[in-house]
Amino acid sequence: MTAPTDTTGKGPSDYRKLEESVTLSPVANPSGLGQSEELLTINMGPHHPATHGVLRLLVTLDGEIVRDLRPLIGYLHTGIEKTCEDKPYWKVVPLVERMDYLAYYFNAMAYVHSVEELVGIEVPKRAQYLRVIHMELNRIMSHLFWFGTSCLDIGAMSLLWYSLRERETILDLFESASGQRVHTRYFQIGGVIEDIPGGGWVDRCRAFVKELPTRVAQFRDLIYANEIALQRLKGVGIVDSQRLLDLGVTGPLLRASGVEWDLRKAQPYSSYDDFEFGVPLGAVGDNFDRMAVRLAEMEESAKIIEQALDGLPEGPVIVDDRKVALPPRHELATSMEALIHHFKLVTEGFRVAPGERYSAIEGPRGELGCFVKADGSSKPARVHIRDSSFVNLQAIADMCRGGYIADLIATLAMLDPILGGIDR
Amino acid sequence: MEVTRTPVGATPADAAADLKIRQYDAQRMLRGDMSDEELEEYVRSRVLTTTLDQALTWARSNAIFPATFGLACCAIEMITLVGSRLDIARIGSEAMRASPRQADLLILSGRVSIKMAPIIRRIYDQMLEPKWTIAMGACSSSMGVFNNYAIVPADKFLPVDVHVPGCPPRPEAVMYGVLKLRDQIQQKPDLGWRARYDAGSTIEVLGTEGVPNGGGSITTTRTHVGPGRPAPAPTPEIAPGLVLPPTATPSA
Repeated sequence: MTAPTDTTGKGPSDYRKLEESVTLSPVANPSGLGQSEELLTINMGPHHPATHGVLRLLVTLDGEIVRDLRPLIGYLHTGIEKTCEDKPYWKVVPLVERMDYLAYYFNAMAYVHSVEELVGIEVPKRAQYLRVIHMELNRIMSHLFWFGTSCLDIGAMSLLWYSLRERETILDLFESASGQRVHTRYFQIGGVIEDIPGGGWVDRCRAFVKELPTRVAQFRDLIYANEIALQRLKGVGIVDSQRLLDLGVTGPLLRASGVEWDLRKAQPYSSYDDFEFGVPLGAVGDNFDRMAVRLAEMEESAKIIEQALDGLPEGPVIVDDRKVALPPRHELATSMEALIHHFKLVTEGFRVAPGERYSAIEGPRGELGCFVKADGSSKPARVHIRDSSFVNLQAIADMCRGGYIADLIATLAMLDPILGGIDR
Repeated sequence: MEVTRTPVGATPADAAADLKIRQYDAQRMLRGDMSDEELEEYVRSRVLTTTLDQALTWARSNAIFPATFGLACCAIEMITLVGSRLDIARIGSEAMRASPRQADLLILSGRVSIKMAPIIRRIYDQMLEPKWTIAMGACSSSMGVFNNYAIVPADKFLPVDVHVPGCPPRPEAVMYGVLKLRDQIQQKPDLGWRARYDAGSTIEVLGTEGVPNGGGSITTTRTHVGPGRPAPAPTPEIAPGLVLPPTATPSA
């Protein structure tokens, strides 16, 4: 095999050179843990069963101790942000949904929330509640999947099946509400596409929410009574809260170290201030706390869903403004005006006055923000997502340094990176 | 709990009598008491003849081990396949292999970026013959909803046996794809694309010293050739336009 061929004649790019020249510096003062002075840099990924995606890690080892660690990303770069600039505002939603593929409702929400604030749309109350229900279901779904795969990484295989079973129930709810299991495109600019179906959707959702705390209790029993799992989790990967704040880490990772920061409480959006729920906090900030916080968050999400179902107001599910939202299907057969609006929206979309807006929501992995810049046309001039996994990944070196390489896998799992969101 | 098994359409007494008859026949056959016609009938009703090839493909097609290889959204649905609802163990494909050397099937579950494509090709090359590929989802088949500068369709750098459409496909669809692949292996084990893509054998690149621009790189190539296939010339470039990045450490 030859090294990369030079097609441009200018030699490898700066980025390529940088990436290839990564040799990690020896640690100046090794602690008493490893007496050997020989450092070994090994490559892990991008194809590795325990990297939770196509993440590549360069790990510098001193025996079994991780001395340094550097993540290399970009193996799933999809150019989504650039493609967004080529679509009308309302057609961008399916693209942003595919960034963080375990939090598609959140991606869509971050984007539509930004556009709604940019245009100045007041979303109907029922749509806000429906959004909350779906987002919290998605949060539970994401945490369930994280829980199953993380337990797989610390050697507890059966929990994957238990968590997948619950996850399927949620996906069934998504499917009957929107027609798709994953990437539902349920959230629209101005509301949601359709009301939740009759025929027992609410009852099924209620039954699931009612059952969830017992399931979470089962998960706890299986982990908290397992000596091996506890040894792998307790006291591992501790980073103090100030360091995490410095790195910009948000979400369960930050809350596990005791910082009470949840955007649902700090700057409520989509009627989150109507609901009563707690923000689970950790005490030490180790891997055990990270797991405990997420398990507790599932229960809090269940509480929110229950309250939202109880207080679900009647009314429209999407804004009545025909300039931004599609007219109802039945009107197309009778109303000329509706037909014109439909045609206009489908062909060109709606124009947005020049301006820019950043708004953030609390995703399952932390602050999920979306920046939208409008230049007066019907397509956004720039869409940028502040993905929580991307920022949180900065903490991986701090979390793993000084620990064993076996704990690196568990710590990476507790970080919960989603490479689709990181690389975009 | 007591389990009683009764043959369909027969009373226990009949079944016992039938067993007696079969035992008696077997004794006669072993003693050599049967006439030629009787012996022929006896063998025909008990022995299944097939070719070794067919038996082999039957066994192969019912134990396809996929590689544990997830890319993007589709990977989540791929993992759902091993979950309790779909349970791909029913068709013998539940053993996800972490090492490509133990895997038979590469499921391209998601979008393939230009940066990732050479690595996937390398993983494919590390898999041992016979091997198959499923392109799962719209992205790996046709770049899907993105269709931009960053994405490569799988057909450009890899021979693909089955394309499963969807964004992402339902797990049922992937299951159907695996079943299609099973039929394909049983009916037409050799599809002709191997010659087209020069994918007749496994090329394994060993000992690559990661020196940019080939300065003094040492390359050892070991080639496994399948039966009846000519050994291809060791090509330094795996696919046109795509080159492998140097590894961080020399692999043994």
